[in-house]
Amino acid sequence: MADHPGTGKSRLSLHRRGFLTAAATGATAAVVARGAEAQTSEATPAAGVNPRTPRPVTLSVNGQTHEIGLDARTSLLDALRDHLRLTGTKKGCDHGQCGACTVHIDGKRALSCMSFAVMAEGHEITTIEGLAAPAGDLHPMQQAFVDQDAFQCGYCTPGQIMSAVACVKEGHAENDDDIREFMSGNLCRCAAYPNIVAAVKQARDAIREG
Amino acid sequence: MHPFAYQRASSEQAAVEAGNPGPGVRRPPTEAAAQFVAGGTNMSDYMRLNVTRPDVLIDINELSPSAYGHIEADSAGLRIGALVRMAEAEDHPVIRSDYPVIHDTLKLAATRQIRNMASLGGNVLQRTRCEYFREASFPCNKRQPGSGCSALDGFNRRHAVLGVSDACIATYPGDFAQALIALDARVEIMGPQRRRTIAFSELHRQPGGTPNVETGLAPGELITGYVVPAGPHTRRSRYVKTRDRESYQFALASAAIALDLDGATVKDVRIALGGVATVPWRAHEAEQLLVGQPLDETLARRAADAAFAQARTREHNGYKVPIGKETLVRALLETQAMDV
Repeated sequence: MADHPGTGKSRLSLHRRGFLTAAATGATAAVVARGAEAQTSEATPAAGVNPRTPRPVTLSVNGQTHEIGLDARTSLLDALRDHLRLTGTKKGCDHGQCGACTVHIDGKRALSCMSFAVMAEGHEITTIEGLAAPAGDLHPMQQAFVDQDAFQCGYCTPGQIMSAVACVKEGHAENDDDIREFMSGNLCRCAAYPNIVAAVKQARDAIREG
Repeated sequence: MHPFAYQRASSEQAAVEAGNPGPGVRRPPTEAAAQFVAGGTNMSDYMRLNVTRPDVLIDINELSPSAYGHIEADSAGLRIGALVRMAEAEDHPVIRSDYPVIHDTLKLAATRQIRNMASLGGNVLQRTRCEYFREASFPCNKRQPGSGCSALDGFNRRHAVLGVSDACIATYPGDFAQALIALDARVEIMGPQRRRTIAFSELHRQPGGTPNVETGLAPGELITGYVVPAGPHTRRSRYVKTRDRESYQFALASAAIALDLDGATVKDVRIALGGVATVPWRAHEAEQLLVGQPLDETLARRAADAAFAQARTREHNGYKVPIGKETLVRALLETQAMDV
């Protein structure tokens, strides 16, 4: 994690998936707090508050409210993956260049790597985990990606699907050229692009027929 | 990433006060201790690279939607609030029909995800930058004044040929700014001391000897919106963007055109060039050559020659002159052919 310079051992272990899988959210917050106290000596005081001190943040994700303690530097992506254990949203480039981290914020597609989690407070976030119906039925876009074989390794797929759902909703899936243009923020290193275009069209028609 | 304190500004006054560095501080806003954030697409990127290191981040997203979040359109023109997102302006029906060059510059910029996030105030203030600016281990006069420019004799294929200096040749990368400068937009600014309005063409600064100073904004000053005057040229307007790949790529060269024709004769023309200059670039020499003349390919080529007459190329970016000229010629002829 590049955003924790000079970290101690406990801080590093915090971001390992094995640790997180075992830890409850409350315990995670407590460890963050201890890590911050250990680092007060190197903090830059701003307005009398140590900026490394985790602050309580309330995130609304897939209709559920979560209260967690976060360093302000935490991206929405890291908050989702490391703190809420919603690992469906993927980290590709972490610089807004690949689209793997695409989620919906208030119904619009956005890049969670370029959003600070504290700034997402008060907004409704939807991730790939929130797309399928509660009964487990796949969203038409998820089904279309399966039907059209629209992936190989699958790493970009959650971002592709979140982007594609929004693309249809925006009305930017009328023809192949539009789909390619409005899906250009989601890179696929396996180059499944023709199949992705086919999947978007299948889902577009399925959504319309409702 | 440098640790920062995060705060939400509840009012315009609170925002500029929080951003006010106090008397005597002369650092540009990009080096100030307290900096504004809206969409965060540029800010978070440079913070993560340790290129921008604010101690305090002031979130301005909750400022009055009526002043900051709306587009107003009437017979006098447009007023676009600074917190309007790129995608909102791109989708606006009046911008689409009456100011197509604005629509084009937005649609061809970045990706829809980024356009949903990025505010128009922040968009024009995206950093003028190059690969060496992003990579903190290289000398860069913009990132660290006086350290030298790695691009002058380095990998400079994407660098500027107009408005360059011996200290910096980074390209201003934005598209929307080219529409604003072409349409003679004005910028509304709120600051700790006063409110002011300037011509958009006065906002950005060529690098000269101080490439770390990118705009004429003082720390604590906030762009509140843009005013775009209406005119007979706005409907016949267009943006042509030449890139390494067809989408999600910065311009190697681009041209924003607004044209008022009487038959084939040019009554009025506005030309801005992107991807080739250190700042949003208005090509006045080319405009002067066109006014009063019947527009055809020969004249368009003469205008393009005039636009690039002052170009200064380096080892790897000489191709920008011919490609910039071709882009301008195509843009002029396509704008002339528009059905308005």
